[in-house]
Amino acid sequence: MKLRHLILKEVWQRPTPMLTSLIAVTLGVMALVAIQNITIYSEDRINSDMESLGANVLVMPPEVTLQDYYAADLHGRTMPEEYVTRLALAQLPGVQNLAPKLCVETTVNSREVTLTGILPKNEFQKKSAWQGLGMLTNAVGSDRGCCATPATLDADNSPESLAHTRTIQELGERELILGSDVAAQLNAKVGKKLTLFDEKFNVIAVLPATGTIDDSRMFAHLHSVQDLSGAGPVVNVIEIMACCDDAAGDLISDLSAELPETRVITIAQVVETQVAVNGLMSRLSWVFFAILLLVAAASIASVMYANVTERRKEIGTLMALGATRGFVTSLFLGKALLLGIMGGIGGFIAGTILAIVLGPSLLGIQVSPIPQLFLIGILSATAVALAASYLPARRAAGLDPCLVFNDA
Amino acid sequence: MYQLESVSQTYVRRGNTVHALDNCSLTIPENDFVAIVGPSGSGKTTLLSVLGGMLSPTSGNVELDGVSLYGLSLEERASLRNRRIGFVFQTFNLVPWLTARENVQIPMMLSKVPAKEQQERALELLERVGLADRTDHRPAELSQGQQQRVALARTLANNPEIILADEPTGNLDPETRKQAMNFLREFHEDGRTIVMVTHDKETASYAQRSIQLVNGVPQELAHRNAA
Ligand SMILES: Nc1ncnc2c1ncn2[C@@H]1O[C@H](COP(=O)(O)OP(=O)(O)OP(=O)(O)O)[C@@H](O)[C@H]1O
Ligand SMILES: [Mg+2]
Repeated sequence: MKLRHLILKEVWQRPTPMLTSLIAVTLGVMALVAIQNITIYSEDRINSDMESLGANVLVMPPEVTLQDYYAADLHGRTMPEEYVTRLALAQLPGVQNLAPKLCVETTVNSREVTLTGILPKNEFQKKSAWQGLGMLTNAVGSDRGCCATPATLDADNSPESLAHTRTIQELGERELILGSDVAAQLNAKVGKKLTLFDEKFNVIAVLPATGTIDDSRMFAHLHSVQDLSGAGPVVNVIEIMACCDDAAGDLISDLSAELPETRVITIAQVVETQVAVNGLMSRLSWVFFAILLLVAAASIASVMYANVTERRKEIGTLMALGATRGFVTSLFLGKALLLGIMGGIGGFIAGTILAIVLGPSLLGIQVSPIPQLFLIGILSATAVALAASYLPARRAAGLDPCLVFNDA
Repeated sequence: MYQLESVSQTYVRRGNTVHALDNCSLTIPENDFVAIVGPSGSGKTTLLSVLGGMLSPTSGNVELDGVSLYGLSLEERASLRNRRIGFVFQTFNLVPWLTARENVQIPMMLSKVPAKEQQERALELLERVGLADRTDHRPAELSQGQQQRVALARTLANNPEIILADEPTGNLDPETRKQAMNFLREFHEDGRTIVMVTHDKETASYAQRSIQLVNGVPQELAHRNAA
């Protein structure tokens, strides 16, 4: 038998008083771990989004607020498709490509899916009025829509290019492109027929996984989606690929002037808002953490004081049998240490699970455990538990051993 | 063994001064078995605390084998208690959430005896007090007499030279009282020095001599033969 056994045995035999303190510590660590975890991954995703974005300017109905670039067309608000024509005809300098989108919910094989209508580039070419527009012959869909690194035109001709360039050359009226997740769910391959809105569609491509919300979508011709869903000639968003320099300069005011009834947002703005939200979350998580740890500290201190009072006679006996003040102090600080470690581990596990569960549903991001948070959680929980138990432990060590005789 | 010289212990509570020990001088030789008797509040427990190194008296000198007990540091006194003094209490003072065996192991744990040795010795001692079949019971699962026997076994854990007992039979019925006293007598016969506080004449008769405390002043009673 050692000090360690004494501590474990006491906690094991009388766990209830420690439970509230343990829960408080666990909650504090859990809040921190969950929020930090989500924030860190969300930041990671913004960074990778920045790299993979095909469009860098969005034109949306005015009442829409935008948090997530990939959900830019999921707000349900619409504006006339005619805006696309207006933008195309305006021939604004710096505009490389226009990609209008309309999203509707539908079911395939009794599964809910998001069907996104897109306009292939040959539609623009059909309209003679648009012939000769720079955007149709220029390189489009380069990495960030920046003119400095134009992509080759060949890449645009396969349906799979949609995944990277967000545009496509041709798309028939009853043709369908599937995101990787939805393809897997429906067990659909190229050449398979799927029934949407009572019409048979032919799957012409399955996109490679991108790690974005696009993976769970289906893409069809904009006009088919408009007709079949009964939405009429409207779109949710117009994605514009513009030269970075232009997007940063006059283009936004030019676009706003051209389409005063819309909201024009640059990706930079979207990213900024999201980064700001993340920063706020991150700071808030520390506030939560601090508050919960304070609550935990108060709870631990009061439970420890009660524990010392309750165990007066036991402590006196130990002292009579030769326990030093150091031993008695360790007895209580050891218990605090146990509490901190258990709270830290429990909080990390609970927080990580929470983040893994909430990450995808709240923010659409995949989250995995972050070891550094484990370290932070366990260290701070232990420090708080020890600090809160310091005075009770000292009181225990300062007890008069003579009380063993009197406290009959 | 013990040499007390004009030891006084006074408490001041709300302006009242209580002389728990009043200029008390006392010698307790090695292998003595002495009963401290006296009315309630006469300072018996105070004397025992002083002998146990747990209460530094207001004045006077307490020597154990020629060493001033209260010249030692708190830590040194704790270690001395652990190695050389065993305690028996009226209320047994077993740790309620430990088994009989673990309770007996406590003094050995405090002096860092290896685990295996702790267990073996604890079992041996419990066997000596007739509790070989109760080693894994917790105090609440034991009778009063059995609890006191566990406490007696615990007293012997580190094989102390001195045993200090405060009303060791106070909570026991006549039958178990006798049993406990026979163990204490055995411990005395092993060569230990025993100082025992008691109210009970019968219990005191197990001792070699009795000292009566009246208002903190000790007074030797007529020697009895070691029953
Ligand atoms: N911590 C203390 N503070 C104040 N007075 C005390 C304290 N401890 C003991 N006393 C007083 O000292 C006197 C002697 O007390 P002590 O406990 O030694 O008596 P006792 O002989 O053991 O009595 P009993 O037979 O009732 O146990 C009593 O008057 C008691 O009130
Ligand atoms: Mg007393």
